[in-house]
Order: sequence, then C-alpha cells, then structure tokens
Amino acid sequence: MKTDDPSVRWIDEPKLGLTGKMYLPAIIQGLAVTTKHLFGPKMTVSFPEQRPEIGNPLIYRGVHRLNKDEQGRVKCVACFLCATACPAHCIDIIAAPSPWPDRDKYCESFTIDELRCIFCGMCEEACPVDAVELTSMFDLTGRSREEMIFDKEKLLSVYDQTKDAEPMKSRVMGASP
Amino acid sequence: MLAISIEALIKIALLMGGLMTGAAYFVLLERWIAAWVQDRKGPNRVGVPLTKIKLFGLGQPLADGLKFIFKEEHTPRHVDKILFTLAPISILAAALAIYAVIPFGSVLPKDGIPGVSHQIELIVAPGIDVGMIYIFALSSIAVYGVILGGWASNSKYSLLGGLRSSAQLIAYELPMGLAIVGVVLMTGSLRLEDVIGMQAASGIWTAFSQPLGFVIFVVASFAEAARLPFDLPEAEQELVGGYHTEYAGMRLIVYLIAEFLHMITASFLIAILFLGGWHFWGITGSSTTEVTWFQAIARIVVLNIKIFGIIVFFMMIRWSWPRFRFDQLMSLAWKVMLPLGLVNLVAVACLVEYQPALESKLGAVGITASMWGIALVAWIAAGIFAPLHSDNTARKDSFVLEAESRNRGLRTTAPGQAT
Repeated sequence: MKTDDPSVRWIDEPKLGLTGKMYLPAIIQGLAVTTKHLFGPKMTVSFPEQRPEIGNPLIYRGVHRLNKDEQGRVKCVACFLCATACPAHCIDIIAAPSPWPDRDKYCESFTIDELRCIFCGMCEEACPVDAVELTSMFDLTGRSREEMIFDKEKLLSVYDQTKDAEPMKSRVMGASP
Repeated sequence: MLAISIEALIKIALLMGGLMTGAAYFVLLERWIAAWVQDRKGPNRVGVPLTKIKLFGLGQPLADGLKFIFKEEHTPRHVDKILFTLAPISILAAALAIYAVIPFGSVLPKDGIPGVSHQIELIVAPGIDVGMIYIFALSSIAVYGVILGGWASNSKYSLLGGLRSSAQLIAYELPMGLAIVGVVLMTGSLRLEDVIGMQAASGIWTAFSQPLGFVIFVVASFAEAARLPFDLPEAEQELVGGYHTEYAGMRLIVYLIAEFLHMITASFLIAILFLGGWHFWGITGSSTTEVTWFQAIARIVVLNIKIFGIIVFFMMIRWSWPRFRFDQLMSLAWKVMLPLGLVNLVAVACLVEYQPALESKLGAVGITASMWGIALVAWIAAGIFAPLHSDNTARKDSFVLEAESRNRGLRTTAPGQAT
C-alpha cells in the first residue's frame, strides 16, 4: 500500500490544551503515577524462600515423569512414538519383551537428556498410553552433565514425588486409565 | 597556620568520605527507586560478607565497588592513551574541587571543641568572594572530561555522546546563569554562605520569592547533571553508553562517580540557592554568629534532608519522564528557558532597584505575590507561543516528498512509513 492511497486515513495527534502545553501539570501527573507505584504492591517473588505460583500445573511443561499404573508397573509400552516425535532427540528407549501378559513390550531403559530437552511437550502429546508426562517442577539443577541425564528409575521417582500434587492428566481429563 | 591547615584537612576528609560513600549509596538508592517504581523489590540480598545477614541489601555498594576494582583495566588499541586516562581524572577532579566552596552546614559554636577558640565554618574554603563563579567555572570544566573521553575513545558512539554533551551543557549554562544572577542580585554576594544567610535572615526562601528562577534552575540542573529527561550524552538506547562506551574497570567507575557527584552538586546548589540551605523555620534559628550546639547540628541535618529529598526527586523524575529528542532539548533551552530566565532577571532587577518604594506600597507579601504573578504569566506565554509541547505530528505532505523521490529513483523512506 502506498502512502497516497485513498484508503489511508491520516490521523492527527490530538492538539494539546493549555495545561498540556504548560508541562508542569503533566509532570505532576507523571510523578503521581510513579509515586503510586513506589509504594504499591510488588510483583517480585523472592525465589528460594518463596515459590512462584504455577497457574495450571496440567498445562505446565516442567521436568518429565514416567507414570505407573495401579499395580505400580511402568505404563510405557516401548512404542517409540515419543522418541520419534521428539524434535531434540533427547529420548532414548531400549525395549524388551514384556514380562506381563497385557502387553508385548515394555521399556527396559528409558532415558531423557534433560539438557537437550527443549520442553516442548511433544512426547506427552505423542504417548498413546499417557506414560510420559511433563510436571510442574521447574527448578531443575545438577552439578554435572551426567546427573542431568534422567534414567528410568529417576523418571519413576519423579512420578512418586509429584503424583499426589499432580494426578495423572489422563485421569483428570477424564480419559480411560 | 598549622591549626588552620589541620582544620581544613579534617573538613576535606569528612567531605570526601561523605561524598564517596554518598555516591556509592545513591547508586543503591537509585536502583531501589528504579525497582520500586517498576513494582519490583530491588537489590536486597547483599549484606555482611560471609554471613547470612542481609541488611536490606546495604552491602551492595561494597560488592559493586569490589567488582569494579577486580575487573580488567582494558584499554582498547585504537584509543589515544594519554587522553583516555586523563579524561576521567579531569572530570572527577573538577567534580570534587567544586566542594571547596559549598557549605555542608553552618558554623560550629566557639565553645566545646578543645584547642579551638573561633567558630568553625563548615565549608572547606570559607570566605571566598568568587564562590559562585568558581563553581560555574569548574562545572563547565566537566564538559572537557566528557568530550575528551569521547574524542580519545576514537569510536563513533563515544564521539557522538561527547558532542551531544558539550552542546547540551553549553546551551543550559545560559539559563542556569540567568537564574543564578537573579539570586546574586537579591543577595548582593557571590558567597553561598551569604545566600543562605540572606534567606535565613528574611525567612523567605528564594524559591518563594523567585519561583520562575527556581524552575529554570531545576530544569537546567537536570540538564547539567545529564539526568533523565536530559540524558542524551549517554542515551543507552541510541549510543550504547555514550561517551564512556569504551571504558571499563576503574576508569569507568570514576566516570560514574563523577556523574553522581554532578547530581549531588546540583542538589546542593538547588538546596542552598533556592531552598534556604540549612534554614528551617523554628528549628535552626537564623543567626550566623550566635549558634548553640543544637542549632549547629540541626542545620547540618536539615541541609542533608533537603539534599536527600532533591536527589529522590531527581530519581523519581527519571522514571516519570521519557527522554527529549535532541532538537526538543535545544529548543527548550534556547526558545523557552532563556527568555524565561530574562523575564525573571528583569523582574528581580526591578524589584531590587525599587525595593523601598515597592515595599511601602505592596508589602513583603505583595512583592512575593507579584513575583508569582509574573512567573505564571510568563510561563503561560511560553506555553502558548514557544514550542514547549512536542511536534510529533506526521506531516501530510510526506507522501508528496516520497513520490518525488520515487520519480528520481530514490527512496528516502521505507514503504508505508511516514517521515
């Protein structure tokens, strides 16, 4: 579109009145706003002492967990859909024949490299049995790279830590267990 | 002789220590106010080192200073080495030397201090008759530090910052001078002690008797101290860091301290010239020859509270107001502040010349009221006739210009963007 196009509407800045041209009333107005904020409530969360409130843990994308079913077995059926969906290639699964009659395979090892992960939630979307989920734990720290590669035991332990505060999403959302 | 030099040395030590600590803690205050105004909490973690005591973050200046000391003293290869080092030294020296003639209290009583038989004046060099001229000579030297730093850095951002700074300081020196001439005319002396003495004796602060001069002086002080809304010399959004872009380590902190000292100087001058210095009705008394210990200490406290208040005002203005454009800055100085300064000067000159006749006719209250009337009329006139307001309206003929440039095969503006 050109600037001389007839459909362009030219809008003038509103003309300043006398008080606007005087500057001082505007300064006092501005100072009033700043002073109000100076003593107003503060938004800062003093992090280690005070935890930030997470609006909706169901849609928060934090550290992963591997869900367990009612019998305490890992829900994963080693279908590799999450590893395929993962854009960062951070999921590594080794499948083995299942010792249980209700499925063919289960995961012998399930590893997520949390340093490569971009927390996009695609694994959670892809999982057909709701085994891998993202929790609302966000303060993920470690002292070495090896420590940040989460294996199956660690991912299951994240489930044990968070299962009370955050029940399995499939249950909450009303899907079949 | 020895006693006098010891006395002077003690005063210098007190002043330097106070100013340096003050500058460091004003950085903390600035960060606090910046945070509070933006609904944040600000630095509140650093306290006593190696303990868990936080003390509301009062250890922050110490940590900042240590950080600067241990930083690498990097000199870029392309700079003029001598001037690059000389510039921050000169600006700090000039900023500190100003305090020789600025009183930081009134006088101490004769009795009470062993070995001293005279009143101690709380000013490093008492009784200098050219006090105010000395202050303005030195505050103009500050521009050398800035422009030398900009030039020696051999970088376009630094040079632009230096050039802007010199133009700005020279432009605002004039209205500032005019506002001061008003005070000098009324006092009849260039000594800051006398200016305070005059205000204390009459009980009317200059800000009440010369409101126009007060406003002009405050605005010019903001510009001289290069504080927002006049911080164009270092406008970080446009010039990276302005004249100190290339500086790091101790030389940078010298620049930053000098900047804060300029602000403290400006607050001292506003408080002393226009807000009565150490005087406050009913607490401090008004005599400069007969003082009790209570009055002497009350005067120091009152002066410091005033300066603190003005600095908080400086910092609040910083977060209330956007920066001027450079042409707005210049038109404010030359087309608004300078004429207003002249109006104030003429009004004060008439007042001083015909004082007895005016006083008998109008009385002291009438004179003050008429000064306020003159200030109001002049301010409204300036608002109507001078470009105090911004002129950001898009010019409708811009598309004509664009069509012309398109015909010539040039494009001066981006498509769809009005000039």
